[in-house]
Parts: sequence; structure tokens; C-alpha cells
Amino acid sequence: MSVTLLIEQLLNGVQLGTMLFLMASGLTLIFGVMGLINLAHGSFYMVGAYATAAVTASTGSFLIGLGAGITAAALVGALVELLVIRRLYHRPHLDQVLATFALILIFSEGTRWIFGSSPLWLSPPSWLTGFVTLPGGTRYPLYRLMLIGVGVSISIALYLLISRTRLGMRIRAGESDREMIGALGVNIARLYTVVFALGAALAGLAGALVGALQSVQVGMGEPVLILAFVVIVIGGIGSIKGALFGALLVGVVDTLGRVYLPIFFRAFMPPSEATGTGAALAAMLIYILMAVILAFKPKGLFSAHD
Amino acid sequence: MSDVILSLQHLHKRFGALQATHDVSLELHQGEIHALIGPNGAGKSTLIGQIAGNLRPDEGSVFLAGTEITQMSIAQRARLGLGRSFQVSSLAEPLSVMRNVMMGVQALQSHSFRFWKPIARDKALLEPAYEALERMQLSHRAWTPVSELSHGERRQVEVACALALKPRALLLDEPMAGLGPEGSAKLTELLEALKHEVPILLIEHDMEAVFRLADRISVLVSGSVIAHGDSHAIKQDPRVREAYLGNDDA
Amino acid sequence: MTNYTPVSKKTPMPSQGTAEVAPATQVDSHFGRKGIVQMILLGLLLLLPIAAYFLGHLYYVNLASRITIIAMAAVGLNLAIGYGGMVSFGHAAYFGLGGYIAGISAYHAFDMTPFMTWPFNVPGSDSLLVVWLAAIVLCGLLALAIGAISLRTTGVYFIMITLAFAQMIYYFANSWPTYGGEDGLPIYLRNSLPIVDTTNALTYFLICFTGLVLAMAITSRLMKSRFGAALTMARLNDVRLATAGISPYPIRLVAFVISAAITGLAGALYADLNGFISPTMLSWHFSGELMVIVILGGVGRLYGPLAGAILFVMMEMLLGGITEYWQLFLGLVLLGVVLFAKHGVMGWLAGRERNE
Repeated sequence: MSVTLLIEQLLNGVQLGTMLFLMASGLTLIFGVMGLINLAHGSFYMVGAYATAAVTASTGSFLIGLGAGITAAALVGALVELLVIRRLYHRPHLDQVLATFALILIFSEGTRWIFGSSPLWLSPPSWLTGFVTLPGGTRYPLYRLMLIGVGVSISIALYLLISRTRLGMRIRAGESDREMIGALGVNIARLYTVVFALGAALAGLAGALVGALQSVQVGMGEPVLILAFVVIVIGGIGSIKGALFGALLVGVVDTLGRVYLPIFFRAFMPPSEATGTGAALAAMLIYILMAVILAFKPKGLFSAHD
Repeated sequence: MSDVILSLQHLHKRFGALQATHDVSLELHQGEIHALIGPNGAGKSTLIGQIAGNLRPDEGSVFLAGTEITQMSIAQRARLGLGRSFQVSSLAEPLSVMRNVMMGVQALQSHSFRFWKPIARDKALLEPAYEALERMQLSHRAWTPVSELSHGERRQVEVACALALKPRALLLDEPMAGLGPEGSAKLTELLEALKHEVPILLIEHDMEAVFRLADRISVLVSGSVIAHGDSHAIKQDPRVREAYLGNDDA
Repeated sequence: MTNYTPVSKKTPMPSQGTAEVAPATQVDSHFGRKGIVQMILLGLLLLLPIAAYFLGHLYYVNLASRITIIAMAAVGLNLAIGYGGMVSFGHAAYFGLGGYIAGISAYHAFDMTPFMTWPFNVPGSDSLLVVWLAAIVLCGLLALAIGAISLRTTGVYFIMITLAFAQMIYYFANSWPTYGGEDGLPIYLRNSLPIVDTTNALTYFLICFTGLVLAMAITSRLMKSRFGAALTMARLNDVRLATAGISPYPIRLVAFVISAAITGLAGALYADLNGFISPTMLSWHFSGELMVIVILGGVGRLYGPLAGAILFVMMEMLLGGITEYWQLFLGLVLLGVVLFAKHGVMGWLAGRERNE
């Protein structure tokens, strides 16, 4: 149980957290502004990853691929908003859940149809491979460090976007008073499309970046989506600050749990059993965390609505 | 005066910088209608919330027939005998009038964890609900869905729902709101007949109805009760005229 | 009327004469269009497998069992969503737990090892009665714990939290190696009952059919009782319910528990039908499919889950025979139903009026 391991795992946790934030911020923004629960958000993650993998493979450039991935996710997001989502804003949550569940089926099966069932491979560009030696002697993969950097930059950019720009002002107005922004002459329909596409682009970015670490395959967005749900439930639905805090909390707790719980159980159990028990408990850890937080704060830590 | 049924003692409620309720004390006695009036934004809704249980006061207490109910839930207060109606009708629209009224009867009789006996033939539920409807002269509409009722009839159903609880006190939040002169007159008549049974705390904008019905009136302005008295005294009170009635000699 | 006089007239019962009849009695009618459609559905579900059995098509008997069990799971979910207004996105947890109880019990009975020895000895069992009882009780307890936390929230929170808790169970089963982890666990011998031979396909179908009919009968009876009246009011207007003196929370919680117990029992039946359990039974896809079935059939209608399950399994079979991407078309159909046909198959077949 060395300090090096701890630092490495903490960084892994933060890295997972920043990627979760990219997912969760879009989800929570869409809920905050439009009052919509979007299950298909994981599909944008997948679309971003597939587009990046396909374009990277044909152009040979990861950056062009990444640009294509983000663009594809944003376009697909805008299209989905125009065709389906806008019919759902005034519908009960049950309808929103079912319609976006249907979208998941359509996207997953459609992707399988186009790209086949076997995963695509996407690897980080050569200039991002290798390790960095951190102060204190921990060696950490450069690519993962870059992910943390991207996550932090995006968080700052989102903060500036929402607090400093005209679009941000409209988003904030949309969160607090939907009739008001209509009365002010803001084109709500367009605002909604833009916000939805922005959320989709963030999800696509996350999918592309994580896709280079893991494999790009159908259904890859779903576990992330559910983690993102846990994040925004913990943080308070509609709150970007809550999403950031929740994402880091979930990322770190989940990562450390998976590493340290089996070690912990080895202290008083035979190793094979300890690994099993530790892994099973670690898988439940963030949900237990969520339950405990909800028991005290049913609306999450930074609730924006009430 | 006879005994006190509902008593508010030194209630305070603050929302951030806004003092929505400031040291309000009120009593509702057996056999009377006590009206609470005040201009918009005077804090009437906040006060009702604290009586009915949607809100908890920061300080002070609420008593119903001698029992402190300050910290009780809405449902507990209702079972103790606090019936209320809402400013905006809050009935279950697709259900029949009867099904709405029966709820209170059911709550009174015992817990609702009875899974077997159908309510459709349960006389123990139907009869008291029917009685409550008769008192509001609505028994002929018992099996009509609420969605098909007129606005005035819904108001009467709301009161019937409260009556089904065999309440010790009624809290009526603007029951005349949205009623035409005819509906208003009818409800006034029904409430007048009712007050000997159940004392009523009446929050109302319709001054004609208030002055006709109320035995006593309290005037709420900016969270505080600025005047107390019968309708004559209230009409004459210069502070009330200034704060509330303005130039309009009602 | 200056003073209140006690009512002396006899209270007219809803079934007596007046033009306005209590909606509650209309529900009972077996002779309207709705009643006929319902009887046809149930009759076909019973008679077709019997015919198939005697014609030697065991595949179709097992298919009918599958439809019946999934319909039963959806009956459970319908109690929560349709009647209670609680949009649970985590009913796979109860279905899967029921399945795992059947599987684990059979596993220990087959191995003759105890399930646990501390604090007291619990052996495995291959008796269906024991398995069913355990499934009902344990799924009810799990729902009590999950519901107690989830029902403190409403709306989107409730949807996401029920989903998250179900995922928790899923990941637990996935990473718990004792009972197969992600590979699942086979049930070598179908759990048994006294007297009848549960390995016979038709017998097993009839058991499942009885289970479905019982679940529907219980739901129907429940919704006509005082409890059902309170639950209906909790769905339509929980402020009214509280104002009438009944706290919505315990009513909802009990309904949630009953709903989970029904779905859990269906899960146990499903495990024994397939002779196999795996975390797929717990997956959120299954939760979603159950919701789809409830909505396809018509939410809050007694026969909705049955109609939905028939449609779903048929689509799976027919579309799945044409293309391996049949879920793409399921998605399109579902999208169409949600956006354009809100009343489901039963609304279309049997008219729009909904159980009060």
C-alpha cells in the first residue's frame, strides 16, 4: 500500500471523474434548462467514439478524428432534438424515458448494423503515449494526464460560458424562468437545440477520449450514462457545480474502492475470497454512497430546483 | 366567548430577508366564523401553510383543540380534525365526487391498509361521505366525475371533502374565488349554516361575503395582524382603511 | 337549511338506478367490448399452448410460458407505474433477485451444501413452494429498503435512483464469483412441486398461467379496496390524499413492495423455465423492456401487461426471424407509440376508458 499507488489511483479517480463530468454536465444542463430526462445521452458518447475511431483510422490523425467525433455527436444531438426531443418537453417523465430508451435501441442497433459487432480500435496518438514522472516519483501515463487537463479546461470553459456569455445568460434565464426568456424575445426553440447539441458534443468528446483508452463498441455509453445519473443525483439535478463535485466524488470513490477494498479484505480473509468480496462490494460502493447522501439530502448536495 | 378550537401563538416565519409572518396570534372559537383578510402579499398563504402543515414556523406554536400540532404532518393534522379547502381546486379530476369525499371518511375510520373489501359497496364509507355531500347540497352529483362539475360545484365538493373528516375546525382558503354572484351567495348561505357545527377560519377576498359571514375579522398586513374586531370595527378602523381598503368604502 | 339534520334517507348505492352510475361498477363488466377483448386474450393464451402441446410443438408451449411470465412481471410493474404513478426504472432488480433465489436454492440443493451456516443453518431447497415464498419475501424486503429511500424523492430523481439501485444489484451479481459472476449459473434440475411433474412443459405452463391470473386478480381486487382508493389518490393528487388525512408515503411504499414481490415471483418462474440464471435478468435493459411492455399494452390497465407481453414477444420472434437488428425496429415502434399512440394496444383494442 505505497504512496505511489495511492497517488496513481487518486489520479485515475480524478481522470474518471473529469470524464464523468463531461457526461453529467450535459445531462444536468439539459434537465435544468428543458426539464428533460435523456437516456440517449450515452448514445452520443458512443457516436463520438465511433466517429473518432472511423475518421482517425482513415485520416491517420487523432486530432482530426477527435474534431469529427465532437462534430458528429453535436450534429446527431441537434438532429435528435429537432426530430424527437422537442415533442417531449411537455410530456410526463415516463414518456421521456420511453422515447429516449427507444432512441438507445435505435442508435445501438443502427451502429451495430453499420459497423458490425466487433469493437473498433482507437489508440492515442504517439505524441501522447508514454509516461510522465510526477514530483514524488510517481510515473503516470501522459494520455491520462491529458484527459485530466481536458476535463479541467472544459470545466473552466463551461463556467465562463455560463457566467460570462450571452448564451450562458439565456441558459441561466431558461433554468429559472422559462416564460420569461420567451417574453424577452429569445428564440427558445433554437436555444434548446443549441443546449442539446452542446450537451451531445460534450458526451461525444468524452466518448472519443475514453474510447482511446478502452475499446469502441456498441453499448459503451450505457455504464457511463448510469454513473452520470448517480453523479447528478448526488450533485443535485440541474446544478453544474453539483455535477462537477459529484463526478469527482464518484470517480475517486469508485476507483479507490476497486483497488483498496480487496486489499482491505485480505487482512482477515483468504486471498481468493477477499478478492471476490472486495470486488463485489466495490461495485456497489458508489450506490451505497448515493443512498447515504439521499437519506440526508433527498434533492442532492447542490440542488438547483427547490 | 366559548372555548378555543384553533389557536396560533406568536408565529414567526422568515424566507431569507422577507419576514412573511411576524408574531401572529389568532384564535378560532367554537361556533364562529373568523375571517382573515389582507391585501396581496400580506403573507396569508404563508400563514395558511403553517396552520395546515405545508410549512413549519420558525417560532411559535399552533394548537388544535388543545393539542399542539406545530410539528405534525398534513395528514396527522387532518386526522385530528383540521379540514381545509384550497384556493385553487385540488380535487382528483378523473374520479367521481364520491371517491374524492370518501377519502376523508376512510382516513378517519382506520388505517388504509385494507386490501380486500371493495369500497364500491362499503356502506361504512359511502354513508358518511353521502352525508357530507348532502350538507353541501351536492348529493345528486355524487357519481359525477369532478371534471364535469362547474366551478362553483367544485368549491362545494372541496368543503364536503373537509366535512368528511368530521372536522373540529375548517380552514377555507378563498372559497369564493372565481365564483359569480350567484355561486358566491349560495356558498355564503351554506357556510352560514355550517358554522354552528364547525368553526371556520375563512381567508377571503370577497368583502361582501366576509362582512356578511364573519363574526370577527383579523387584518393581516406585511406579515402582522394590524387589526382585530367585528365587521363594524374593521370597517371603521383607519389603519385598515389605509392599508387595505384604500379609498374604496366597502 | 339553517341547521344540519342527520340524513335519514338510505344512501343510494351506485348500482341502483340513477343515470349516473359509479364508475367502479363499470370496471366489472364482462360483456362490453373491453370484456370480450380481455376474455379472448386470456382464452387464447390458455388454449393455444394446450393445443400446441398435444400437437407436439413443445417450443410453442415454452414460448407461451415465457409470455406468461413476462406478463406477470409486467403486472407487478404496472401496479407501481400504472396504478401508483411510481415510474420505477429498476424492476429488473426484483425479477433478477427472484431468479437468483430459484437458481441459488437449486444449486445448493443439487450440491447438498448449505446456503449459509451462520447465524443459523439454511440449506438449499428444490421445492418450488419454498423458492416462491423466499422470492416473494426477499424481493419484498429489497423493495422495502430501496423504496424507503427512493420514495422520499419524486419525478426524475425517483426514476434515476431506482435505476441506480438496480444497477447496484446487477454489478454485485456480476462481480460475485460464488454464483457464476457474469457467466451465470445453470439450474440442472427444475425445482419441483408435490404430486405434479414440473418438468412437463404443459404442467409448467399451467403453473405460470395460474400465477399470472392470480397476480391480475390480486391487482384488480387490491385496486378496488380502500388501499387501492388511497393509492389511486396518491397517483392523481397526493396533496388531496394528505389533506384527507392519509400520508401518501406509506401507501406508496406498500404498493411498491407488493409490486416488487409479484415481479420477483415472475423472476423465480423464469429461472426455472430457462434452467439458467445470469446477470442479464438484472440488467437495466430488462427494466426498460418491462416498462416498454407496460406502455405498449396500455398503462394502468389490468390487461395491459398481458397485451404488451404478447406483442413484445411476438415482435421479438417475428422481427428477430427476419433481421438480427430487430431491436432497431422495436425502437422505432416504441418511439411511434410514445409520440403518437398514448393509450397502448388495450386502448386501441378495447376502447379508451381507463380503470378508475
